[in-house]
Amino acid sequence: MAAVIDSADRLPLLTRFMNNRNLMGLFFMLPAAAILLVFLTYPLGLGVWLGMTDVKVGRPGVFVGMENFTWLWEDSVFRLSIFNTFLYTVVASVIKFALGLWLAIILNNNIPIKAFIRAIVLLPFIVPTVLSALAFWWIYDSQDSVISWTLIELGFIDQTIDFLGEPNNARGAVIAANIWRGIPFVAITLLAGLQTIPQSLYEAAIIDGATEWQRFRRITLPLLTPIIAVVMTFSVLFTFTDFQLIWVMTRGGPINATHLMATLSYQRGIVGGALGEGAAIAVAMIPFLLAAILFSYFGLQNRKWQRGGRDD
Amino acid sequence: MTERVSDTAVAAAVDDSGTDYLQSIPRRVVTIYIPLAIFMFVLLAPFYFMGVVSFKSHDELYNYRGLQAFWIYEPTFEHIKHLLWETEYPRWLWNTMLVTVSSTFMSVFCSVCAAYSIERLRFRGSKYVGMSIFLAYLVPPSILFIPLAVMVFKLGVFDSNWALILTYPTFLIPFCTWLLMGYFRSIPYELEECALVDGANRFQILTKIVLPLAVPGLISAGIFAFTLSWNEFIYALTFISSAENKTVPVAMITELVTFDQYNWGGLMAGALIGSLPVAILYSFFVEHYVSSMTGAVKE
Repeated sequence: MAAVIDSADRLPLLTRFMNNRNLMGLFFMLPAAAILLVFLTYPLGLGVWLGMTDVKVGRPGVFVGMENFTWLWEDSVFRLSIFNTFLYTVVASVIKFALGLWLAIILNNNIPIKAFIRAIVLLPFIVPTVLSALAFWWIYDSQDSVISWTLIELGFIDQTIDFLGEPNNARGAVIAANIWRGIPFVAITLLAGLQTIPQSLYEAAIIDGATEWQRFRRITLPLLTPIIAVVMTFSVLFTFTDFQLIWVMTRGGPINATHLMATLSYQRGIVGGALGEGAAIAVAMIPFLLAAILFSYFGLQNRKWQRGGRDD
Repeated sequence: MTERVSDTAVAAAVDDSGTDYLQSIPRRVVTIYIPLAIFMFVLLAPFYFMGVVSFKSHDELYNYRGLQAFWIYEPTFEHIKHLLWETEYPRWLWNTMLVTVSSTFMSVFCSVCAAYSIERLRFRGSKYVGMSIFLAYLVPPSILFIPLAVMVFKLGVFDSNWALILTYPTFLIPFCTWLLMGYFRSIPYELEECALVDGANRFQILTKIVLPLAVPGLISAGIFAFTLSWNEFIYALTFISSAENKTVPVAMITELVTFDQYNWGGLMAGALIGSLPVAILYSFFVEHYVSSMTGAVKE
């Protein structure tokens, strides 16, 4: 008898818990929230704190305030890395966008074996970046480069080009590799956006006598703007914080010409052991990332009316 | 211009050929097929060379001034044999597989719960939690690796697979949750309401109604998480120091690259084999890849 009352007492409690949205919500959120709070939110704060200390590998540091940042600001290598990061991000993003949009528009046409071609286009995005960067490293090799070989065979040059050994060549080479890696993402996501634009708009424009450029400028571009904003935010974000390509191909060299903020942070923090300084360089990237995210937020604002829906 | 749009042309425009009939064949070749061919050539060339170099013999690789760079005359398996039997490559493959599969399963499980909670339970503040998941997705590993290295060291998991299994979910969970939220949103509420009326509880609803309907989303999230963690580099480079615990991308750079002499054949063979698992997975689930990539951006 007691057991029956006991279980009858317990059951409503469990049911009450099951019917309470907030408690159930919390319960379901628990695993993800625990991992993200411990391994994402906390390290983010810890990173800012480390940036204000002089911790080294194997030596606890003390709080030094903004000293790391003022010191970095006078460091010519750090300034060069900011310049490199901006150059890398701006040039690569602009070209990725232009070529990606072009490829998306080409793929939006009626072409045979379209699904197969689209699958191949995505390959550079799928294959591990480090491994494709190794292939580029071979393509850019100072002795065995296939580009030099082809140009010599065709009679354009007589000496091999030192792609990764000369500062400006190296910058161009890593930017080209980044563009190669980034085009598929831009092209495939923009293609998905293009496919949502109704054909009837183009037909109406053709009947009205609009030229191809006018159709692109007045229909495609405005309707694609929201998705362009999001895609380019992601693209800029990942280009800005890129590490893999540079580390495999040049490790920041020659004479720091390709050091980005991320690679410099690794170089100083992990290789050099100055964890505090490395963290400070990483923290210095945050304002730029915030700017990119805000840009995305305002880019998303006007999406409803552009898709033919109402603002609500 | 208007005259050309006859009745038949309008009828043709209704089917999937769109407005293509307005372009002549030579014009299509110049504006579509030639640029497309150039794009395909450039996008595929590095993979082609990866394949060519990994099957070339040593003699052919290093004395090719008079030979041909684009072709192999005497294909050989020596690089692949050397890699698989005389280096620790199989061990690195195993490490990568272990870390990737564990972190993917962990992340998908956490993400399913979180996405269901945010989208369907609608607890107080769920909107803000959803927003912060999106913001978490935008935090790049390049600004987290130093503090995480300090934490990993303090937790005592430095230089073990656990260091990676625990940290990879930081970029997998936000992505998978965001993707699954979109999928769950497309499942009609009425199904859940019916089940609730019939006396099912939340766990039963999740496992018997929502999950079976969200299988395409689960596959998308799973294979994308697999690819992302297979490709991961900076955490693995920072948290692992002994050769036997390294993952393929890191081991390629730190163990196989010897700066006095580049072993191109071995390097390219390693890159080729290391790309195979994701390439095979990709070939089976192309549509899921595309939908997860575009889905994550569109929402």
